[in-house]
Amino acid sequence: MKLFGKIATLTAAALATATLAMSGVANAQSDPLKVGFVYVGPIGDHGWSYEHNQGRLALEKEFGDKVETTFVEKVPEGADAQRVINQLATSGHDLIFTTSFGYMNPTLRVAKNHPKVRFEHATGFKRDKNVATYSGRFYEGRHVAGLIAGKMTKTNTIGYVASFPIPEVIRGINAVAIAARSVNPDVKIKVVWVSSWFDPGKEADAAKTMIDQGVDIIMQHTDSPAPIQVAESRGVWAVGQASNMSAFGSKAHLTAIIDNWSPYYVARTKAVLDKTWESGDTWGGFKSGMVEMAPYNTAVPADVVALAETARKGIIDGSVHPFTGPIKDQSGKIVVPAGEVAPDGMLLGMDFYVEGVEGKIPQ
Amino acid sequence: MIDFVVLALLTIITASTPLVFAAIGEIVVEKAGVLNLGVEGMMIVGAIGAFAVAVTTGDPTLAILAGAASGLVLAFIFGFLTLYLLSNQVATGLALTLFGIGFSALLGNGFVGQTYGGLPHLDIPILSDLPFVGQLIFGQDVLVYLSVFSALGVTWFLGRTRWGLAVRAVGENHDAAHSIGFSVTLIRMGAVLFGGAMAGLGGAYLSLAHTPLWVENMTAGRGWIALALVVFASWKPWRAFFGAYLFGGITIVQLHAQGFGVDVPSQILSMLPYLATIVVLVLISRDGSRARLNAPACLGRSFHASG
Repeated sequence: MKLFGKIATLTAAALATATLAMSGVANAQSDPLKVGFVYVGPIGDHGWSYEHNQGRLALEKEFGDKVETTFVEKVPEGADAQRVINQLATSGHDLIFTTSFGYMNPTLRVAKNHPKVRFEHATGFKRDKNVATYSGRFYEGRHVAGLIAGKMTKTNTIGYVASFPIPEVIRGINAVAIAARSVNPDVKIKVVWVSSWFDPGKEADAAKTMIDQGVDIIMQHTDSPAPIQVAESRGVWAVGQASNMSAFGSKAHLTAIIDNWSPYYVARTKAVLDKTWESGDTWGGFKSGMVEMAPYNTAVPADVVALAETARKGIIDGSVHPFTGPIKDQSGKIVVPAGEVAPDGMLLGMDFYVEGVEGKIPQ
Repeated sequence: MIDFVVLALLTIITASTPLVFAAIGEIVVEKAGVLNLGVEGMMIVGAIGAFAVAVTTGDPTLAILAGAASGLVLAFIFGFLTLYLLSNQVATGLALTLFGIGFSALLGNGFVGQTYGGLPHLDIPILSDLPFVGQLIFGQDVLVYLSVFSALGVTWFLGRTRWGLAVRAVGENHDAAHSIGFSVTLIRMGAVLFGGAMAGLGGAYLSLAHTPLWVENMTAGRGWIALALVVFASWKPWRAFFGAYLFGGITIVQLHAQGFGVDVPSQILSMLPYLATIVVLVLISRDGSRARLNAPACLGRSFHASG
C-alpha cells in the first residue's frame, strides 16, 4: 500500500510538472494558434469528413505558420469523443471544431471545464459562452438540384436514397419535391430508407430497386458514391452528395451539392486571431459559400442551366426561398400559405412530406 | 412486368452472392470444429485485396485470386493462433475482424475514390438473349457461377468424399479422429484456410461486382449475417445457399415495397435473419436430440494431442 501511495504521489507530481511545463511552452509562444478538428468518418470517405478536412487544409493555406492544425478522424460518437475532445483541449488547442451531430453533449461537457478554449460544433443546437454551432442550408442546393431533376426526368419519377427520418433529411426530400414540381407538376418522388448513413451495398441496391420501378433520376442523402455508380451503369441521371462525385459516374452525374466549410473555418479562425470570436449559431447557404453546386453535366441543356443559375442567384440575393408558399402536405392541407416562406423553426423541425412525395415517413 | 421481375431477381442475386461465399466457407470451418468469428474481417480484406489488384492490373482473374488470397492470409493468422498456439477461438475471431477492418483501411488509403468497370458478364450468344432465363442464368459474372458451384461442391465434398468425412470427424470428436491417425490440426488448418479464401471471394464480389469501388468498412456487417446464416442453415451448405437468397430477397423486396409506397417497417425486416437465427438456436436448445445432430460436437474446442 505504501509503495502504491508513493507511486501515486510521484505520478501526480510528475503530471503536475509536465502540465506546468506544457503551459509554460504555450505561454512562451503566443503563436501559432492551435486549431483542432474531430471527424466522425475517415478523411477518405469522399463525403462528409473529407469536406471538413478540406476546410482544415484551407486554414493552413490561408494563415500559413500563424496556425497549427490537428485532426483526429474516425472518432465514434459518444464516450470516445469526449476523451478525444478533452485531449485536444488540454494539449493547448485554442479553437476546436467537432464535426458531427453526436459530438454535441461531449463538446459541451468538455467546454465547461475549459472556459478559455473556443469550441465549434457542427449541426448541433446546444450552445454555451464558448461553444458556437454551425450548419449548412443544404436544402438550397437541393432546390437547384430539384429544378434540374424536374426538367431532366422523362418518367416523371425521382428516386431518393434516404438514411434516417430526421428533419435534416426530410427537409432535403421536400425541397427537391417542391422545386421539381414547380417546373414539372407531374413529378413524383419515391423514397427508400436504408437505415444507415453508410452502407454502399444497400445504397446501391436501393438505387437499383428504384430504377427498376421506373425512376430515371437518383438522389441520395447517404454518404457513399455507390448510387452514382449504379446510375451510371443503368444509364440514368444522379445527383452527388456532399462532394463532387462525378469521378464515380461522369455521364450520370448531373451536379452535386457540395458542403464547403472553408469560408466559415477561415472566418472563425480569423475571429480568434483578432480576438473578436463570439459564440453564436450560423446556418449558412449559397450566400456564405457554405453550400455550392458542382459543375453541371454538359448534357444539361442551356435553358435548364440558366434556370438553375437564376434560382441559385435568387437564393443568394434573397428573392428566391426554396420553401415559399403555397406548400401543401401529402393530404393537400396548406402548411405554408401563398406568399409566405416557411420559418426556420418549421424547417428545423420538419416531420412531414409535402405533396408529390410518395409513401409515409417511417416512425 | 416480366422485365421488372427479371431485374428484381438480378438485384437479389447480386445482394445474395457475397453472403453465399462467406456462409459456405464458414460451414466448412465450423464442420471441422473451429469457430472463426473473423468472417467480417476476412471479407473486408478480400474486398480491398481484389479491388487493389483490379485497379492496378485491370485483370479480373488476378483480382479474384487476390481477393481469395487476402482472405486466406488473414485466415492463416487465425489458424496459427488458435490451432498451434491454442488461443481462444472466440476472442481471436473477434480480434481478426477488428484487425481486418483497420488493416483494410490502411491498405485502401490510396484507392479511395477510384473506380473499376466491374466484372465482365458472361455473354453466350442466343442463350443470353432468351427471354426471362437468358439474363438470369446465362448472363451473370463468373463469381455468381462460382458461388453456386461452391454450394454444390461443398455439399458433395462434406457428404460424399473421404476428406469430407475426415473434416466432419475432427469436428465431431477430435480425440477419436486423432486416435485413428488423422492430423486434427492440419485438417482444421485446411478448413480454416478454405473458409478464409471463401470469405475473401465474398469480399471480392462486393468490391468488384456489387459496388465496384473501395470505401472503408464497405462490408457493413455482411460477415456477421453470414455467421448467422450458418446456424440458421444448421450447418447444411444448400440450406445456407437458400438462406442467403432468402435474406437477399427479403432485403430487396423490402426496398421495392418502400419504393411502391407499401407501409412496411424496414427495421423489422432488416432484423429478420438475426431473429431467425435466435429462433433456430432456441429450437436447438429445446429439442437437442434432433437439431444438434448437425452441430459439430467439438465446435469451438481447442485440440491438443496430449497422448
